[in-house]
Amino acid sequence: MADTKTETTTAKGPAGSGPEIVPPSASSGVTQATIVKKTAPKSDYKPADVSPQRRVQRSYSIRLWSIRHSRALEWFYARFADMFLLLHPLWKGLGYARVEAPVKFVEKRVKGLMFDCRMCGQCILSSTGMSCPMNCPKQLRNGPCGGVRANGNCEVEPDMPCVWVKAWEGSRNMVKGDAILAVQKPVDQSLRETSAWLRVTAQAAAAKDKDKAGAAA
Amino acid sequence: MTTRDARFIQRDENPEGPHLPLEPLPGHSSRGRLERVLRRGEFAVTTELNPPDSADPEDVYNRAKIFDGWVDGINAVDASGANCHMSSVGICALLTRMGYAPIMQIACRDKNRIAIQGDVLGASAMGVANILCLTGDGVQAGDQPGAKPVFDLDSMSLLETIRIMRDNGKFLSGRKLTTPPQLFLGAAINPFAPPHDFRPIHLGKKIAAGAQFVQSQYCFDVPMFKTFMQKARDLGFTEKVFILCGVGPLPSAKTAKWMRSNVPGVHIPDSIIKRLEGAQDQKAEGKKICIDIINEVKEIQGVSGVHVMAYRLEEYVAEIVSESGVLKGRQPWKREAARDEQMIADRFDHLRRDDPNQNPQKIVEGVTH
Repeated sequence: MADTKTETTTAKGPAGSGPEIVPPSASSGVTQATIVKKTAPKSDYKPADVSPQRRVQRSYSIRLWSIRHSRALEWFYARFADMFLLLHPLWKGLGYARVEAPVKFVEKRVKGLMFDCRMCGQCILSSTGMSCPMNCPKQLRNGPCGGVRANGNCEVEPDMPCVWVKAWEGSRNMVKGDAILAVQKPVDQSLRETSAWLRVTAQAAAAKDKDKAGAAA
Repeated sequence: MTTRDARFIQRDENPEGPHLPLEPLPGHSSRGRLERVLRRGEFAVTTELNPPDSADPEDVYNRAKIFDGWVDGINAVDASGANCHMSSVGICALLTRMGYAPIMQIACRDKNRIAIQGDVLGASAMGVANILCLTGDGVQAGDQPGAKPVFDLDSMSLLETIRIMRDNGKFLSGRKLTTPPQLFLGAAINPFAPPHDFRPIHLGKKIAAGAQFVQSQYCFDVPMFKTFMQKARDLGFTEKVFILCGVGPLPSAKTAKWMRSNVPGVHIPDSIIKRLEGAQDQKAEGKKICIDIINEVKEIQGVSGVHVMAYRLEEYVAEIVSESGVLKGRQPWKREAARDEQMIADRFDHLRRDDPNQNPQKIVEGVTH
């Protein structure tokens, strides 16, 4: 191997005066990734949850409970959506803009507790067996990746059960579980941190009005 | 041209000469040879190019050369395992320049929808006829675990996005393309990871999103693959998609064990590891296991080809293909012409003959007088 070390060519000379902290190159049998991990600076503080997503989560039990009871939740959710739609005149009277803050406050906390909701603003829980796909470190909305471990846990976060393995289980309990077969559109990132409940209600009300107008004509 | 008559004319070749692109065939969505081979019902062989960590084009050419005449397509991987290498677009640019038929991989880990759609157009313009849509390994698996994972699209919505670009001639936003890309769309499957009963249905979703061929993860567990194929056949998917089974040689039992625990999504049964451990020459045994698996999977109904992944054992690919006899005497492509090949040749010809003393003023004078 030719020993040609490239010099840093900034106007002020080499950027750092100290020794370069570049991990040594990988030889055969050891990957660069392992070396990077081994050469990382040691410290007494070891975060309990290290993942690219930085999701501090110690327990998944409530989320898993919701998936186990996906059928009951599906029933409840349908009633709940109907009720919200009946209240459409109220939302409209008050102004959707004005009710957004309190509704979002409740939605975020309720769904956060039940499903570890990430407030993507375009909820598809009913198509994913009541398992929120935004909890997947890759945020996959169309099915599992190929990296699911043999025990059904996540590739990225080894202690977390794969969101999609659970979604498949949850969907099998649901009446309309086959909604999992639909191909989902990519997430609209501009809708993050908005209320999916209000959006769905407003859209359903608009569709209802359109049907009425169509029937009258 | 007198030499042309004497020359052996390949099966997939423009009758006007090999320097011209292939004519579009009815029912074909690309002008590539891989699609032609698969649609004709021939057993296809694809492989993977180990991406160089260098800026030297010769590294790519040399690595592609050993596959010459043995494979129908070469996968240009997109930072596989989240390790940084030469980009798949770059590799494809070099491969198409040399007349190879690359399968460009796009992983959703590193690029958002804006970058991806631009790359698709660029790749297609360079002559890439096949694109493989992947989700991509998580960044934690690679050498730069501190990188930001993008995952703006997933493999399914990526397939759909490119299908919309090709069939509707539109970007995801609805803006029109003046010339849509002509592509053969692929996806990856992993029949060896849970949830096992969802995997065949997941393949159906990929077909619905636009997959025309799929390459599987390493197959070391043939019974498990057979069960998967049985379900796929029952659901009628094998008539809608070409399934290429992923195979590869294992260099040693130690590497096999390491892969099993460190490479996401690879499933290696104990029997394979035992067979490797019991062998005198583990490397030779690894190759033999690979050939045995090819011979088993090629008999499975609905398998249209194999995808040979020989990471750091690329020199084995030719031997594996030859010894397993999957080509049945067929000679795969030699060169695939890009649409602009004649134009580039003319341009270089012009540059070579250029008068070195010519300057812009003289050219203008020459035109006006």
